[in-house]
Amino acid sequence: MNPEPQAGIDEGLRSELSKQGIFTTKLADIYNWGRKNSVWPLQFGLACCAIEMIATTMARYDLARFGAEVFRPSPRQADLMIVAGTVTKKMAPQVVRLYNQMPEPKYVIAMGACAISGGPFKQGYNVLKGIDRFIPVDVHIPGCPPRPEALIHAFMTLQQKISDQTFAGPNRPRHLDPDAPSEFPVPQFGEHDLVPPNNRNVWQPPARARHE
Amino acid sequence: MTAYNPYLLIVVFLAAAAGFAVAPLLTAWIWAKLFSPKKSGPEKNAIYECGLQSKGDAWVRFKSEYYLYGIIFLIFDVETIFLLPFAVAFTGLPVGAFIAMIVFLLLLVEGLVWAWRKGILNWA
Repeated sequence: MNPEPQAGIDEGLRSELSKQGIFTTKLADIYNWGRKNSVWPLQFGLACCAIEMIATTMARYDLARFGAEVFRPSPRQADLMIVAGTVTKKMAPQVVRLYNQMPEPKYVIAMGACAISGGPFKQGYNVLKGIDRFIPVDVHIPGCPPRPEALIHAFMTLQQKISDQTFAGPNRPRHLDPDAPSEFPVPQFGEHDLVPPNNRNVWQPPARARHE
Repeated sequence: MTAYNPYLLIVVFLAAAAGFAVAPLLTAWIWAKLFSPKKSGPEKNAIYECGLQSKGDAWVRFKSEYYLYGIIFLIFDVETIFLLPFAVAFTGLPVGAFIAMIVFLLLLVEGLVWAWRKGILNWA
């Protein structure tokens, strides 16, 4: 498999130049460096995972080291949604609507067993079995609840993902992709379940293998 | 050469102040027009940003009853401030001061009686 052709100079020449005191970079690198170091999360907690999220921002774990201490109380000013906790079916439309109202480029961390799969409440009649059924999730964190270190690790993973994004190609951020939808459909309350129960554009039910 | 006009400085200050206020707004507007990612939609441009959908119209009428309640409460609240020093200094007051205070109290009581008879205290 051929590696994708990279724009700019190759890594060996760049390293050679830097030994001679000539520093070269790419515009995308500067752009991503700025983006990844000032991610503003949405101040938005749903259940017990939110307590761990709050602890992460406080002095002991200090998410401010990663440039993400500015929790915005309005989706208009946030880049990152940390879905911290159980998403009930009552709350799911609000979560999707908040995600829709966030400006581009935006990212989602699904924090904890409930947010990624329904967790211990998976059998509950009113629990959404993972927020990735409605919105695209960038980083999933398992745990019940995950410790602050896990959230910090997820945040560093997200930073790595942001810094790996390019201006063009399949790895570009959503706002540079004209085909990426600007909004995701908000589910409605149906008679027995949310209507639609999932967004097939972002989530496909796992294939069921039948052995006969 | 024209004489120095002291008001010229104010004009310069005004122009600088206006520029100081307008320049960031203009920069933000131009930046938004040129560079901001254009992915908008009805949900994103919705006025309410709590995740819930707004219902009805914001231009609704409020009853003025609470305002009248508030005014009467304020008047008697202020009256208490006058009554406390009046009570403390009561034994040492001359007759004139006592009469003045009673007139003040009666005026307020008259206002309360008027409001009561108008039916303001009945919350309908």
